Amino acid sequence: MALSARDRLIKSKKNNSYGELRGKILVTLCALIMITATISVTVFLTTKGLQSFLVNSVSPIEFLTSTNWNPLGDNPGYGAFPFIFGSLAVTFLSALIAAPIGIGGAIFMSEIAPSWGKKVLQPVIELLVGIPSVVYGFIGLTVLVPFIREYSSGTGFSILAGTIVLSIMILPTITTIATDAMGSLPNSLREGSLALGATRWQTIKKVLIPAALPSLLTAVVLGMARAFGEALAVQMVIGNVRALPSSLLDPSATLTTIITLNMGHTTYGSIENNTLWSMGLILLIISFVFILIVRYLSSRRKI
Amino acid sequence: MKKTKLLSIAALLILVIGLLAACGSGNGEDEETGGNDQSDSGASASDDTSSEDEGASEESASGSITISGSSAMQPLVAAAAEQFMSENPEADIQVNAGGSGTGLSEVSEGTVDIGNSDVFAEEKDGIPADELVDHKVAVVGMTAAVHPEVGIEDISKEDLKKVFTGEITNWSELGGADVDITLVNRPDSSGTRATFVNFGLDGETPAEGVTEDSSNTVKQIIGETEGAIGYLAFSYFTDDSVTPLSIDGVEASDENVQSGEFPIWAYQHSYTNGEAEGLAKTFLDYMMSDEIQTGLLPEQGYIAATKMEVERDAEGNQTDK
Repeated sequence: MALSARDRLIKSKKNNSYGELRGKILVTLCALIMITATISVTVFLTTKGLQSFLVNSVSPIEFLTSTNWNPLGDNPGYGAFPFIFGSLAVTFLSALIAAPIGIGGAIFMSEIAPSWGKKVLQPVIELLVGIPSVVYGFIGLTVLVPFIREYSSGTGFSILAGTIVLSIMILPTITTIATDAMGSLPNSLREGSLALGATRWQTIKKVLIPAALPSLLTAVVLGMARAFGEALAVQMVIGNVRALPSSLLDPSATLTTIITLNMGHTTYGSIENNTLWSMGLILLIISFVFILIVRYLSSRRKI
Repeated sequence: MKKTKLLSIAALLILVIGLLAACGSGNGEDEETGGNDQSDSGASASDDTSSEDEGASEESASGSITISGSSAMQPLVAAAAEQFMSENPEADIQVNAGGSGTGLSEVSEGTVDIGNSDVFAEEKDGIPADELVDHKVAVVGMTAAVHPEVGIEDISKEDLKKVFTGEITNWSELGGADVDITLVNRPDSSGTRATFVNFGLDGETPAEGVTEDSSNTVKQIIGETEGAIGYLAFSYFTDDSVTPLSIDGVEASDENVQSGEFPIWAYQHSYTNGEAEGLAKTFLDYMMSDEIQTGLLPEQGYIAATKMEVERDAEGNQTDK
């Protein structure tokens, strides 16, 4: 014990700053890896996605607006509009179904039955998240598609089937985020409203939902982003037809399903492969739009 | 302030590095293919001295190769590779599936040793077909398959075309049950579709229908949907859930494909970049051996390439052997 108290203090400080530095480097590295990954994927996808326009001189306007998709025909057409439309259609329709149910579930969990509601619903939601998308697709193919076929004139493969499968898949995303949003509302809001003589339902409807609205919308948009990117489950039930659908019961195709269906069969650098990359780029751009909407909504959050 | 500055500089740096890497890899690919050209000529030169090669092949059943490509061929090649490896414990053969296009791309880039494809390399854009060497390891026959309750087992080619182009929309027009026809297609780029369109429909474009890639899914859809028709390889006709159709009275059987009477069939190709060498050559020779051609192939539902009495070139012209 030759060390004086002063020495020991200096030594421990040294050790401490050493650990500080190491920790700082470690987390900075993690952050850098994440940033690098995102930027390189974006750069790669952009260069690949632009090839069909720059190298193969496909007209971007034709690509975005034409409904004629026939990349291998004698008179090839590269119109991806039916797929863009299909992607957006199933995304919005599934959000239309899942948003009320998800937000309703969230309100039930946070306002109506906070104790046992959470105990029951939480595991249910976690279970829904855990089911792999291929299983959703398989159930859709063996149960949902025959069911729709039974009660309609078509084949059962339809936007409707895709929408239902997707809305179940995005339900957990919406419910979880919406529950957090409702839970983070300060109790003073509820108490204030109740003190004014409002009933529980009036409080929920007139005070809590408006207060949490930006967060709830964020939940819906994030759910839509998930639906937009889903490929496998949708591919199994939507029918993957190039024609523009005219009703909910018509088969359709989405950007993701066309990419997964054709990617393996096409050769690198061929025009068809390049147009698939362009579809990937469109997916990325629309996802960015979703993120921008989320950021905008978050900035508007009042509480 | 300082931190944001630092961060933005870091982000910029990464972007620049990423861009450089992207450009760099582009150059690298070019060089690589150039290098392959050279090694090709070297390989063909050394092939002239075939006695040397044979001597080497006995010993070269070791090492490791990677095979990629057609997912339809994957089970066959994987099974053959497994047998081969149990006989040659020194050898290591990896068989991946990724689709014919992927296989052809990867073998021409030199990332894999053998690329499997269910279409001729000449039929795919962007593939230097003259640099690749074709090994036709198997033949697969396919035919139209219908839902069992359609009530048809034989169809003329003319009617088949009318069904797939949408001219005939109800099975009663062909003497079957009174149900509407539902088409089940494959994606445009699929090799199965290309074969069926070329040899079953004489090149006529099928009308729109449900499109699925996996043969199992196609089989399930046909089996469950009233009035459905699609096309499947012979190996999928293992039960009564779908009915295979005879075409122009010719039954869809292995024998009829071998004799050239049944029109819809395709080679299963294994491509190498330049002449096969070393383990790749040994393995491809093994694939063509009687052990595989008459043993494993029929077991897996394929037709032996060595038993074919007719042959076909990349343009689809069929000639007697």
